[in-house]
Amino acid sequence: MTVTDTPPPPATPSTVGAPILEARGVTMRFGGLTAVKDVDMTVNEGEIVGLIGPNGAGKTTFFNCLTGLYKPTEGVVTLSGQVIPPKPRAVVVAGMARTFQNIRLFANMTALENVMVGRYCRTSSMALTSILRGPKFRREEAATRARAQELLEFVGLGDSAENLARNMPYGDQRRLEIARALATDPKLILLDEPTAGMNPQETKQASDLIFRIRDSGLAVVVIEHDMRFIFNLCDRVLCLVRGEVLVQGSPGEVQSDPRVIEAYIGGGDDDEDDDPTPSLDAGTTQEEQQ
Amino acid sequence: MSTSTPDLTHGAGHGDHDDHVTVPLLERFPGRGSAAAWPLGLVGVLLLVGGTFLSWSYTGDVLGDLSINFYPGGVQICMIVLGLVALAFLLAHRGPLSRLGDWLDSAAAVRNLGLGAVAYMAVAIGVIAYESGGLINVNPGGWVSLVGALLLAASGLMLVSRQHKDPLFAKTTSWLEICAIIVLMALVLFGAAYALGIGDGASFVLFLMFVAAAATALAKSGVFTWIGLIAQKNRPVLMLGAFAVAFLFPFTQGGSDENMSIATQVLIFAATALGLNIVVGLAGLLDLGYIAFLGAGAYVGAVLSNSAFATIGWKPPFLVVVLVGAIFSSILGLIIGSPTLRVSGDYLAIVTLAFGEIFRFTMGNLDGNNGPDLTNGPNGVPAIPDLNFFGFDFGQPHNVAGITLGRFANYYFLLLVIAAIIIFVFVRLNNSRIGRGWVAIREDEKAAEAMGVNVFGLKLFAFAGGAFLAGMAGTVKAHHDVSVTPDQYIFLESAFLLAAIVLGGMGTVAGVLVGATILKLLPEKLRFIADYRLLIFGLVLVLMMRFRPEGIIANQRRKLEFHEDDEDLAERIEEVHLEEAEAKA
Repeated sequence: MTVTDTPPPPATPSTVGAPILEARGVTMRFGGLTAVKDVDMTVNEGEIVGLIGPNGAGKTTFFNCLTGLYKPTEGVVTLSGQVIPPKPRAVVVAGMARTFQNIRLFANMTALENVMVGRYCRTSSMALTSILRGPKFRREEAATRARAQELLEFVGLGDSAENLARNMPYGDQRRLEIARALATDPKLILLDEPTAGMNPQETKQASDLIFRIRDSGLAVVVIEHDMRFIFNLCDRVLCLVRGEVLVQGSPGEVQSDPRVIEAYIGGGDDDEDDDPTPSLDAGTTQEEQQ
Repeated sequence: MSTSTPDLTHGAGHGDHDDHVTVPLLERFPGRGSAAAWPLGLVGVLLLVGGTFLSWSYTGDVLGDLSINFYPGGVQICMIVLGLVALAFLLAHRGPLSRLGDWLDSAAAVRNLGLGAVAYMAVAIGVIAYESGGLINVNPGGWVSLVGALLLAASGLMLVSRQHKDPLFAKTTSWLEICAIIVLMALVLFGAAYALGIGDGASFVLFLMFVAAAATALAKSGVFTWIGLIAQKNRPVLMLGAFAVAFLFPFTQGGSDENMSIATQVLIFAATALGLNIVVGLAGLLDLGYIAFLGAGAYVGAVLSNSAFATIGWKPPFLVVVLVGAIFSSILGLIIGSPTLRVSGDYLAIVTLAFGEIFRFTMGNLDGNNGPDLTNGPNGVPAIPDLNFFGFDFGQPHNVAGITLGRFANYYFLLLVIAAIIIFVFVRLNNSRIGRGWVAIREDEKAAEAMGVNVFGLKLFAFAGGAFLAGMAGTVKAHHDVSVTPDQYIFLESAFLLAAIVLGGMGTVAGVLVGATILKLLPEKLRFIADYRLLIFGLVLVLMMRFRPEGIIANQRRKLEFHEDDEDLAERIEEVHLEEAEAKA
């Protein structure tokens, strides 16, 4: 992770770096149900990609395929050219971190401890080292602590380090979750509805934070329902409907696409009676919400 | 009431000398009659203590000897101590110690001490009457003390709590803190020695009541909050003090093998429970067959010993045996853990329960008829000789500074070392990367996995590590017990180990030590209700789960986990934490 020590790359989409995450033909079936069908997605270095779609479009299922919670039935997901292992922990080690739609902090730990847990996979003290406490252990603990504090300051929680996660305001908890994910030194961070339940001011802070994360060289994937937030934030937007990519392109293109509007207003939100794209496979809108 | 109660709103009651019959009313209108409360308390203390100098009982064979005037002894001493503590709190409420009262809730302390004294006196008089055939045999001293206790309780109920500052923020000098810790340790040592020395069950029950009353009073007054904080601040002193107390304990027993035998049993039990606490308290895994790991260590210790019944010819030095026992146990842990730790809690509990039984049956069957002759079957391995370290024979009494230390004292010291190792490992692991991983797993396993924590690996490590420590303790236990048989390792023992942790406080060292002491010491001292032992344990555990699920000495994080919805508690614990963090910085 290079929050502080890499010069931020230019923030324009035209100069984005090499692809980090590539999903090719990802299909996920649950029995006879196809939740995600043949989805391609590329995320480049220093890019923010938005993933939108009506409820039940397969966003979270696709997300889970990316993060190793599900192994796709067909297709591959590669991270920096390596096929991602189908295990959440291995995916984190490979360089992809995530946050959760419904906040899943370690509620009874302090903010600092939460972030320090994020450092787990980048540190190596094992049993004997921890028991004997040699210089290596001390160095690593100090470095872990310093790094965690640095990340808390990065997300604007430097003063709340010793506060219990469960006592923190909602917006702070969201930011703490991002700090915890950043602590795993990811190349790519996936944010699952980072502004759910936030007021406009908190939403503004969240988008500022995401820009800063991007500027530090990370790629960001955001799932969101808040259209204004997504269209202001993202370099590219991918609209998923009934498990398939409906439109992909710049925010402007997606925003003005009649099919997107129709998917949301006409047939979205589990409302099946008005089908805007008859060619899509009916009955694939169910998805397993985690 | 004087000006020292700024929270008083019912000023009209000043100077009223209501008597204490109207207690409930007084509680509702705290201003009324509280002027009478304080002198009433003083009179109560005077009567309570004065009564102990008179004879309580006509006959001299109840509760020790309470029939002599002006010679307080036995259960009377407790009332003198309680009376003096109450006096101190009364003087803190109003009087020379009132600076102390600025920080402590002295009224609550007097209330609890008073109620405790009433209960104590009621039971004491009841026992005297029952044992010697009627209330007529209770001498005036008993009644005087009872009246004193009643007055004290009434005074406590009438006293209005002064507005006091939170003891959490008391800035005390470090020498005072260290003195407090030393006093605390001395009290523990003296109390433990005194409790072990009590001969009859009734006196022991009374002593427990006294301890309970004093502890409740100190807890309610806020003294324990302060002690908890200074214990955090002066951790090394506390640890050193605790080990000094534990080390000095055998010297208080005058070579009595009976008490030292109980003490070593407590220590074996406590050491094993501390090992289990890593599995249950830190990693959050429910292990119902932990005693099997102790048994595995004990069997290794037995078959590799110099016993004539040992089945293996290899006789390595004891330190090697300890290591072999520990490794053997942890291998068993790995074998049981690796398939089952992938599934969630309930399955693990069932599998470990089954494992405990399988272990016992296997040990009972490896007798040459059903398999290789390793354990002599149900007969076990008897006649295990005492340990001998470089000519130091554990079976022989030794003389240190004029005090004879018998066989059990020798084992006591060895077990103390084992317990120290286990505590050391426990504390170090808890405050490390691994400990953080365990907390994360307990909090939210899925999120921990998604944050890169090796959930399965950490669980397996806790399981095998716990087994390692139990195996270590087991090898010593084999020599201590002289014989090893399968029926020492029944399921009930595992359940008791778990009960010690739940009772004392999951995830804490002090709590588990307290829990283990209670569970081992009480059955020894309360033999007259031995038939109801399990019933009482069950009841106590149910009550604990209802009223204090986090255990006697609570781990703060565990407390939070048990009280998910209690926002005030979370704020309070955060305050304590911030205070500690500040103290550390």
